[in-house]
Amino acid sequence: MDVRLNEEQIAIRDTVRDIAREKIAPRAADIDRTGEFPWDIVELYRKHDLFALPFPSEYGGLSGSALTLNVAIEEIAKVCATSALILAVQALGGYALMIAGTDEQKARLLPDLASGAKLCAYALSEPGAGSDPAGMVTRADRHGDEYVITGSKIWITAGGVADTITVFAKTDTTQRARGVSAFVIEDARHLKGFTATTIHGKLGIRGSNTAELHFDEVVVPAANRIGEEGDGFRIAMKVLDRSRPGVASQALGIAQGALDYAVGYAKERKQFGKAIAEFQGIQFMVADMEAQTAAARAMVYMASQLIDDKSPDVGHFAAIAKLLAADTAMKVTTDAVQILGGYGYVNEYPVERMMRDAKITQIYEGTSQIQRVVIARDLLGS
Amino acid sequence: MQDAVAPIAPAMARGAGPHPKRLVESAGEAGLAGILTSPEYGGAGGTHRDFIEFIEAVARADASSAVILDVHLSVGTEPLIVFGNADQKSRYLPKLASGEWLAAFALTEPAGGSDALALQTKADRDGDAYVLNGSKAFITSAGDADLYIVMARTESGTRGVSAFLVEGAWPGVSAGVPLAKMGLHGSWTAELVLQGVRVPAANRLGDEGFGFTVAMSALDSGRVGISAQAVGIAQGALDAAVGVARSRRDAGLDVDRTTLADMEMRTAAARELTRHAASLVDAGQRVTLDASIAKLYATDTCVAVAQAAVDLCAPDSCADDHPAAVRFRDAKACQIYEGTNQIQRVVIARHVLNG
Repeated sequence: MDVRLNEEQIAIRDTVRDIAREKIAPRAADIDRTGEFPWDIVELYRKHDLFALPFPSEYGGLSGSALTLNVAIEEIAKVCATSALILAVQALGGYALMIAGTDEQKARLLPDLASGAKLCAYALSEPGAGSDPAGMVTRADRHGDEYVITGSKIWITAGGVADTITVFAKTDTTQRARGVSAFVIEDARHLKGFTATTIHGKLGIRGSNTAELHFDEVVVPAANRIGEEGDGFRIAMKVLDRSRPGVASQALGIAQGALDYAVGYAKERKQFGKAIAEFQGIQFMVADMEAQTAAARAMVYMASQLIDDKSPDVGHFAAIAKLLAADTAMKVTTDAVQILGGYGYVNEYPVERMMRDAKITQIYEGTSQIQRVVIARDLLGS
Repeated sequence: MQDAVAPIAPAMARGAGPHPKRLVESAGEAGLAGILTSPEYGGAGGTHRDFIEFIEAVARADASSAVILDVHLSVGTEPLIVFGNADQKSRYLPKLASGEWLAAFALTEPAGGSDALALQTKADRDGDAYVLNGSKAFITSAGDADLYIVMARTESGTRGVSAFLVEGAWPGVSAGVPLAKMGLHGSWTAELVLQGVRVPAANRLGDEGFGFTVAMSALDSGRVGISAQAVGIAQGALDAAVGVARSRRDAGLDVDRTTLADMEMRTAAARELTRHAASLVDAGQRVTLDASIAKLYATDTCVAVAQAAVDLCAPDSCADDHPAAVRFRDAKACQIYEGTNQIQRVVIARHVLNG
């Protein structure tokens, strides 16, 4: 499959690359050290209209092309994984609406997400339901024209800062997957019965807001149910097909950023009278880092193009892209720390942060183990 | 010793624990600060097999505690045991063996990492003493140690390096602020600065120019200790993963048996390579190749196992102080210090090619 960026995509990529280098890169170390959510980066995205990237133009977005969005995510992730995630999750939080929302819902809710006036989030995981989302216990009980949601969600990116949150809950607790329905809650920061507790002390992506959400009889109008009752699991799986390449792009950017930094260092650092770049041990490591990153990029681009083509094969290749890119990010960042030696282990240099940031890409949006289950099942059957 | 370390291990992992000195004092109280030192000098008269068993046990609980103790017992004490004269041994070994004094090893410099012998710290002869000037980088326990084994240059060239016993309390010895590292938060790693430090000639270890031999010998043995630390880190990570796997199995959930099996295999193999290298040291045999193989394999293993443990313990392991997350951050250092794994490959390949 031959995936090439068109002129518009190249222009967007270059613009985002400049913004990332000039405005985001200088903030990355502090974002990690303080662990504070970077509202200035949100403002930067609003100013440059970057939140428009995931959304279709009829709702205030750009083209809604997955390839365009993912190229932008990669550019940002090269310098700051946390900042890249803010953009990726703004897409994730809108996908259920884009996939299964009514025209009325989309017209009502998407424009504010595309402008960035409101941040969004996606609440699927629970303390007892991670890799097995159909095992969720959060309930949505119907009362006339409303649903009442009770339960908890955990590890929700932007859960403590978002206004608009896609929430999955069981309208039929006697069923597993078929009992799940999707909802969108609005004005979360002021919603009665809703609390978000930020989780502090993460291993990586420390500036990203990650929260535990509690729903204590939160009222949601029926007009905010996405799709029919029982459609939720199917919608969630379709969301994953789109969001996995997004996270894969974040992982890809982390890998490329680490590779670029390590290559620069290897050319400068001298030992035994020459640059360490001249030693086979370093050369072979760099070659493997480059080959794996290039391969991961090819799969991410392919999966992104399949989304834009509305191909039925998206799920399979999205899982491959996510698996490869995440595992590559972990390996490449670990090797980048190695190339910097002792300096790679201290926080004055960025690669140890990149290594800590890489880890989560193997875990969220479906663990690398789950990606393997999905890929194997496609070939071998369940 | 496991009991003595375990209660302080969580505090050490968060960088809020006792000084490295206090760890070695408590090791001394348990008779474990001089495992390799003979009873004549107040030590336990133990073997390298005893030593690696101890380091692995400590590392299983806390990698920071393990590296402090490993440096103290191995590169910080062994050069004295092997190359010290009777006067030097009687002056220092008892204090190190009792845990009253903490030992450290100062070879690396900013411009001399893998190329350690490019070191520039100078030792200028002045009558009955040498005057040392220079700075060392990434020194474990710098600032807290009582005794440093310092490599400094008495002449140009690789044969111009000499080894000195430098007391931490002497004028001119200072340390930088401990570095903010990815892991090993309970261990102090800092710059060691030597400004006009007068070292009596009686504190030179071996002859002038013997420093190269001291350093290489220290590294050979030191690599065995780091291998044990790495095995302990891997085992600790595996412990965490197995705990979660058993809970999942009991709850009827899927377990990643494939990864678990690989973690067990690699950790077991690393342990055997380490034991083999330690046995060679105890038999008085040349250990360069086997120590290098053990170090390379064990440290690559502990990084792979710790990273896999984060996966198997996810999502709880995304918390920075989760046992798997701590080991994820700690493990990486092992592939870098005591000779990077790229240098280990150079050493091994040289043996293979030269026969």
